[in-house]
Amino acid sequence: MKPFEYVRAASTASALDEVAHRPNSKFLGGGTNLVDLMRENIEQPDALVDITRLPFSEIREREDGGLSLGAGARNTAVASHPVVRARYPMLSEAILCGASGQIRNMATVGGNLMQRTRCFYFYDEAARCNKRQPGAGCDAIEGFNRIHAILGASDACIATHPSDMCVALAALDATVQVSGPQGERTMPFLEFHRLPGDTPHIETELKPGELITSVELPPLDAAGSRYRKIRDRSSYAFALVSVAAAVSIRDGIVADVRLALGGVAHKPWRALEAERLLRHAPASLEHLRFAVDAELAAAKSFVHNHFKIELAKRAVVSVLGGLMGLESAR
Amino acid sequence: MTPRVPDAAEPQGTAAAQSKIHDSLALPLSLRVNGARRELRLDPRTSLLDALRDHLQLSGTKKGCDQGACGACTVLVNGQRVLSCLSLALQHEGDDVTTIEGLVNDEAGHVLQAGFIEADGFQCGYCTPGQICSAVGMLHEFGQGVPSAVTPIASLSATTLNDEELKERMSGNLCRCGAYVGICDAIRTAHERLGRQAR
Repeated sequence: MKPFEYVRAASTASALDEVAHRPNSKFLGGGTNLVDLMRENIEQPDALVDITRLPFSEIREREDGGLSLGAGARNTAVASHPVVRARYPMLSEAILCGASGQIRNMATVGGNLMQRTRCFYFYDEAARCNKRQPGAGCDAIEGFNRIHAILGASDACIATHPSDMCVALAALDATVQVSGPQGERTMPFLEFHRLPGDTPHIETELKPGELITSVELPPLDAAGSRYRKIRDRSSYAFALVSVAAAVSIRDGIVADVRLALGGVAHKPWRALEAERLLRHAPASLEHLRFAVDAELAAAKSFVHNHFKIELAKRAVVSVLGGLMGLESAR
Repeated sequence: MTPRVPDAAEPQGTAAAQSKIHDSLALPLSLRVNGARRELRLDPRTSLLDALRDHLQLSGTKKGCDQGACGACTVLVNGQRVLSCLSLALQHEGDDVTTIEGLVNDEAGHVLQAGFIEADGFQCGYCTPGQICSAVGMLHEFGQGVPSAVTPIASLSATTLNDEELKERMSGNLCRCGAYVGICDAIRTAHERLGRQAR
């Protein structure tokens, strides 16, 4: 690991100030991803500003019926919170499907948003990777790409975003609250992460020196919501495909629907086209299959991940069909 | 041959200059380990795992993968199980750390140790300190009502620690010998005994 300067921030203002005055510095939350990446020499910051002592870990009910998740709240605390279990079950399920008990006790909300891809070639210093070294090329495209993207990829990068929690946040229309040198701002969660394009090394819309302070959840008006993760072993593995979904049915018609996919793209993939086709349509298997086919019409596979297209379709039909109470969906 | 004495003018990049840089970056750390206050001065790169093993000579905590994949380095920080390889020691200023050595006086740790011996919950034993520390933390989480991925979503927490719950909650601890049947038996037995003692 490259030597770095370590600073423990006493307040939000001082954390922002410390990072602003140190080139190539990073905020340190739980550390479960950043420490590993630094040990592998993938991340080489000159300074770390430890923000784990800042008062960001509160989970608070909002006046509008929503919920505010402090950026420093640990994964276990969010997944166990009675309001999350009762009103945002897909979020609790998504978090509990990720990592292990030990990691969830350390990992934070903010750190989960900042997780970097688990692409083998990103982690391998001997491989070419445009994300690690812009302009170097991508060894995944011609390489072993079973875990890679089928939606929104580019010629520069076919990596996927590894988070489960973020897939639920995408479906829940969350917003991200950040503080920075220019003050505070709010951005829609769906605009927080970027598709790779020709700059896969820029993964979020955070500006230099900005710090995530909370994730805000609006009220969810849906009878049922679910997160389902499909992976190579039944626990402690990253998703091949995952689905976060919620639906409200009135008189056999889809009144509202939320759908997001994980493991398929450079960012959590909100299935807006499928949602558009399903909203106000009859809650039937036929409409469900039509909508998911449309969503995945643009999917592009590589040598080893063609199976993901059909897997994603079946996973959506199973989860949404289950929530709609369609018997034959399973 | 004259011993080489590094001086201030030595160009950077040599081993001596590097070690000087590291010394200048070393920072104090005060934490409680197994009940005793410990004061250290550490290179910021030192993981909690390396601080325990190399600076406090507590070699019971094992380094398996050193990348968060195996669980061998599991310790308890303020009563919660964490991976000591994935956090920097300096993150733990003021924290209360318990390692396998510290569980000698812990009731759950003691019952689990006996359970592992009875159920033959190991072969080589390398993963065992991590398994036991993880199981202590896991049983505490279960008692506190922390749900798992297999807990029915309609309920706030799991009511019984059945095999499905046990395996899911312990999935962060790998055993390359494959002693999982014994490990599950050991934890199940310990959980039952601790429950009886509590009643």
